[in-house]
Amino acid sequence: MISINEVIETNEMIQKMNLDVRTITMGISLLDCIGSDVKSTCDKIYEKITTLAKDLVYTGEEISRKYGIPIVNKRISVTPIALVGGSVCKTTDDFVEIAKILDKAADACGVNFIGGYSALVSKGMTAADELLIRSIPKALASTGKVCSSVNTGSTKTGINMDAVKLIGEMIKETAELTKDDNCMGCAKFVVFCNAPDDNPFMAGAFHGVTEADCIINVGVSGPGVVKAAIETVRGQNFEVLCETIKKTAFKITRVGQLVAKEASKMLNVPFGIIDLSLAPTPAVGDSVGEILEEIGLEYAGAPGTTAALAMLNDQVKKGGVMASSYVGGLSGAFIPVSEDQKMIDAVNAGALSLEKLEAMTCVCSVGLDMIAIPGDTKATTISGIIADEMALGMINQKTTAVRIIPAIGKDVGDQVEFGGLLGYAPIMPVNRFSCDAFVNRGGRIPAPIHSFKN
Amino acid sequence: MKKTIITVLGKDRVGIIAKVCVYLSENNINILDIAQTIVDGYFNMMMVVDATASTKDHDSLADDLAKLGDELGVQIKPQREEIFDMMHRI
Repeated sequence: MISINEVIETNEMIQKMNLDVRTITMGISLLDCIGSDVKSTCDKIYEKITTLAKDLVYTGEEISRKYGIPIVNKRISVTPIALVGGSVCKTTDDFVEIAKILDKAADACGVNFIGGYSALVSKGMTAADELLIRSIPKALASTGKVCSSVNTGSTKTGINMDAVKLIGEMIKETAELTKDDNCMGCAKFVVFCNAPDDNPFMAGAFHGVTEADCIINVGVSGPGVVKAAIETVRGQNFEVLCETIKKTAFKITRVGQLVAKEASKMLNVPFGIIDLSLAPTPAVGDSVGEILEEIGLEYAGAPGTTAALAMLNDQVKKGGVMASSYVGGLSGAFIPVSEDQKMIDAVNAGALSLEKLEAMTCVCSVGLDMIAIPGDTKATTISGIIADEMALGMINQKTTAVRIIPAIGKDVGDQVEFGGLLGYAPIMPVNRFSCDAFVNRGGRIPAPIHSFKN
Repeated sequence: MKKTIITVLGKDRVGIIAKVCVYLSENNINILDIAQTIVDGYFNMMMVVDATASTKDHDSLADDLAKLGDELGVQIKPQREEIFDMMHRI
């Protein structure tokens, strides 16, 4: 039988160390919602989402009460809209209509984000893909809950540099259109290399075309729990440290497994994956930067940071895979700057630069995340930053991403407030040398040599 | 049998266990095990109970116990056993 110490341990993780289930995300295929025109497609989309996800929020709350664990977000991901709207959308405004109906459906279901206003263009763009990408600024400016993503590269296909160039321009335009709202549109857009089909986390969640009609994916988080666990082994060697992180990751993932199974049963929807990610929030004690400091760095960004993060990420995955047979591809540590107080402190102290973050993304879960840069940064420079990050993903066969916010009217020394879970970000300096001629070449970067595994 | 773990956390005083036990017996909830300890000066009690025969569902049990906890100046909360099993047993 369970002992009192085990009960106390679990409850302390929840109450004092911010252990929570970060999100239950319902993935819904919209491929059967393609109608004869925009209006009928929109009607079918609204109908399908609000039917399948009507009990999602209630179910999440019920599970939360039953086990006494907070479930912070309930979200929906859908089939990339470029595929769904491809045959009916003839203009960017047609696509924006679909974005609006997604927003309305999200409101009706009570979820806080809906992801999948996306295009998969890692090798080339169809006319619909390009229209969707061009519609992103307006779509994000005229909706509140819609999240957008574009996959512009993969290890198997190389990098679509035409798309990378276009996206640099679109990010600038999105920032301009939402400048009165702290350029919030850019916080809802992410560009990927090797995007996974079953990601439960926003802003990059979409329901891949290889998935079943409807699935439940769960994201668990708990940087505070890991931090508290490694506090107990301060000064001890790496073997002890790794063992501690692994055991903690196991425990956290088991909770996710329980919630995922329960949600899947209650909603009568198959369970997809659990993503165990150390995803920080601006709350004190819920920070990945803090874990890095506890490992022994004065600030995140100090020499040794990349090694510490690589070790952390690997132990989290090792603990997680033992706890569930279906662990998602993104599991590991997220390092969004604005959402993590200790990362913000590291930037302000001058310890953490964009270049060091780029190195860290080689070994962490995703990529350059929630980074604010000066508003006058050129579109080609943004494309250059994206291209670098895509190259890291392509060569290292991992998922990488960029979520970057050119803060219009602001410069290094200022900060931009997003509020809520998105936090605030100091504006980081960007390398001012030009990459115009590189970005303007056009075409695509071929797949790397190690993609020829056959 | 579906087991529920009830935890009581707070400053120790006379009659906490008695009050909780009376509530449970009135609602036909069987106590299987009780353990208690002091952590950081705070009273911690855990009860393993079987609520299968009770007419109360989990939500109303939680509400009632929270109310009882307020009267006693402690925090009382029921959680289904699976969360502890999953976390601590392979």
